[in-house]
Amino acid sequence: MANNPLRMQVDLNDFLPASEEEKEYMVQMRPSSTFFRDGCKRLYKNKVAFVSMIVIILITVASIVLPMVWPYSYAKQLGNQPGRPVDPSFNNLAPMEYSLSEQERMANGESVFPHIFGTDSSGRDYFIRVVYGTRISLAVGFFASIIVLVIGMTLGSVAGFAGGRVDMIIMRIVDIIYSLPDMLMVILLASVLRETLGPAIEGTFLQTIGSNIIALFVIFALLYWCSMARLIRGQILSLREQEYVLAAETAGAGAGWIIRRHLIPNCISVIIISTALQIPSAIFTESFLSFLGLGVNAPVPSLGSLASEALNGVTSYSYRLVIPALVISLIVLGLNLFGDGLRDAFDPKLNQ
Amino acid sequence: MDSKTLRYIVKRIFFSLVTIWAVITITFFVMHAVPGGPFTREKAISAEAQAALNAKYGLDKPLFEQYTTYLTDAIHGNFGPSIKQRGRMVTDVILDGMKTSAKIGVIALIIATVAGVLLGALAALRRNSLADRIIMVMTTAFVSMPSFIMGSLLLILFCVKLNVLPANGAAKGGLILPVITLALYPMSYITRLTRSSMLDVLGQDYIRTAKAKGVSERNVILKHALKNSLIPVITYFGPELAYIVTGSLVVEQIFAVPGIGRYFVNSITGRDYTLIMGTTIVLATLIVVMNLVSDILYKVVDPRINLE
Repeated sequence: MANNPLRMQVDLNDFLPASEEEKEYMVQMRPSSTFFRDGCKRLYKNKVAFVSMIVIILITVASIVLPMVWPYSYAKQLGNQPGRPVDPSFNNLAPMEYSLSEQERMANGESVFPHIFGTDSSGRDYFIRVVYGTRISLAVGFFASIIVLVIGMTLGSVAGFAGGRVDMIIMRIVDIIYSLPDMLMVILLASVLRETLGPAIEGTFLQTIGSNIIALFVIFALLYWCSMARLIRGQILSLREQEYVLAAETAGAGAGWIIRRHLIPNCISVIIISTALQIPSAIFTESFLSFLGLGVNAPVPSLGSLASEALNGVTSYSYRLVIPALVISLIVLGLNLFGDGLRDAFDPKLNQ
Repeated sequence: MDSKTLRYIVKRIFFSLVTIWAVITITFFVMHAVPGGPFTREKAISAEAQAALNAKYGLDKPLFEQYTTYLTDAIHGNFGPSIKQRGRMVTDVILDGMKTSAKIGVIALIIATVAGVLLGALAALRRNSLADRIIMVMTTAFVSMPSFIMGSLLLILFCVKLNVLPANGAAKGGLILPVITLALYPMSYITRLTRSSMLDVLGQDYIRTAKAKGVSERNVILKHALKNSLIPVITYFGPELAYIVTGSLVVEQIFAVPGIGRYFVNSITGRDYTLIMGTTIVLATLIVVMNLVSDILYKVVDPRINLE
């Protein structure tokens, strides 16, 4: 057959059985992938978000592990040995400097663990204080977000499912709390709660956490659930109208099935993302309150209270302010970038 | 203005009034939840003196009567005497502090808005250029830095290391750093806001139409693009003021500025309850009113926006 490009006849060669080589092409090129795996892959490709994730993981692991293995504790005033006069040469050491007694011990051939960031005005090792403060700040941010998530999710889904009067009442409360100037209310509540909570939790296990941190959690539980509740209510309302939910209903699916198989999987990425973005804002609030003197109870450090304490000696020991400041900025920036990356990876709809 | 807009404005004003009332009520009852009242904490005082003090400040009356009295007084701008600063009225203390704070706040607000819009427009027009990248990196860093960190770092840099500006806000030129500290965050936010909305507007059909008609580049940018991309910035006025107000609390503390924020923080540590209540109410009202204004302006400026 002449190979005329304009010919109208059917090319019979197209109907020959496929050779082994051609069959190779039809083999599934890529194993089927789940939504979660796709998202992880997108996250991995996003360099900024991936690096932020590594940084956050490193900081978190370091803040958990280091205080366990470090030879100094965050509260120990090193110059204050029992049975001996207070040794003031431990106070206000510069980074990598040693006190008089430590220099003596080193001269005798003993090895002394260095004070990487020096010591503070009471002779406490500053490096471990920063590490421990990071741990406290991260923990406060994490648990505050969990509290916000639980309360917001409960009230939001109740409002979304129940509708009618219940919905209206919950949403009006949300509107009012939403329009309150949050920081002022936080300061007001924090300054009062630290007075009232102290005696109330005395003797219980809550006392070990400290009244100010509990106050912080109470504040988050009272004020910050609104946006989460709004988000989840909106999600539920819009998802309930989706065609696939209608299709499932038509096919005879029960309410439990629809919630488990359709509503939760479709909500979950939005919920996780906004929880992830809640953590830096909680850390922000905690450090703000600590800076105003309303944060964690002494001697427990948090990054905000370390910065606030350092402000008094800023002219001679400015590094003591710079270090916690840098750590806070790093954590908040890292979590924000990671949260944005999560959103891009797991919620393509939001990105439009 | 059509009746729908009017109805929206009336509803919005009503809602703001409810919010202010909620703030006053919450403040009052939260403060009264403090055990023992304002005078029991310090040195022990005799029962007669305690009773006299309670009578003087009206603390012996039933709670609800105290509440209604406080509410009427607060509406009239009278927050009673300061508990810790002898012989001064809370209103006087607030007005006194307002002079400095308002100056810093207004200047910071203007700088943040103008600089933010200019930088944002520049970044959008020179998209993906070096200038755009630098602006975006800087603003990302500034947005994730709490104001007290920013203030402290500026303090170390300019007052301790370089020693070019005074660290004391009361000194000459001492308000420069507080203003910069306050302005950096909202400026960065407005820059990002303007950039994204400008990019959005530049992709619209009417920009292409204007260009096709032969309108000069300058007029396209100024009359069409910039004007329309400013709409989201208007909505940010409310949060911006709220940020500046709360930011001023720490900034005035860092730079020792004798303003309302400093009085507020000192009244918290000094447990001066009437001053805490008064300042909270005044600042909250300011924020609520600003939110109201920016919301209404938003609807008036852009008639396309759906009112519900």
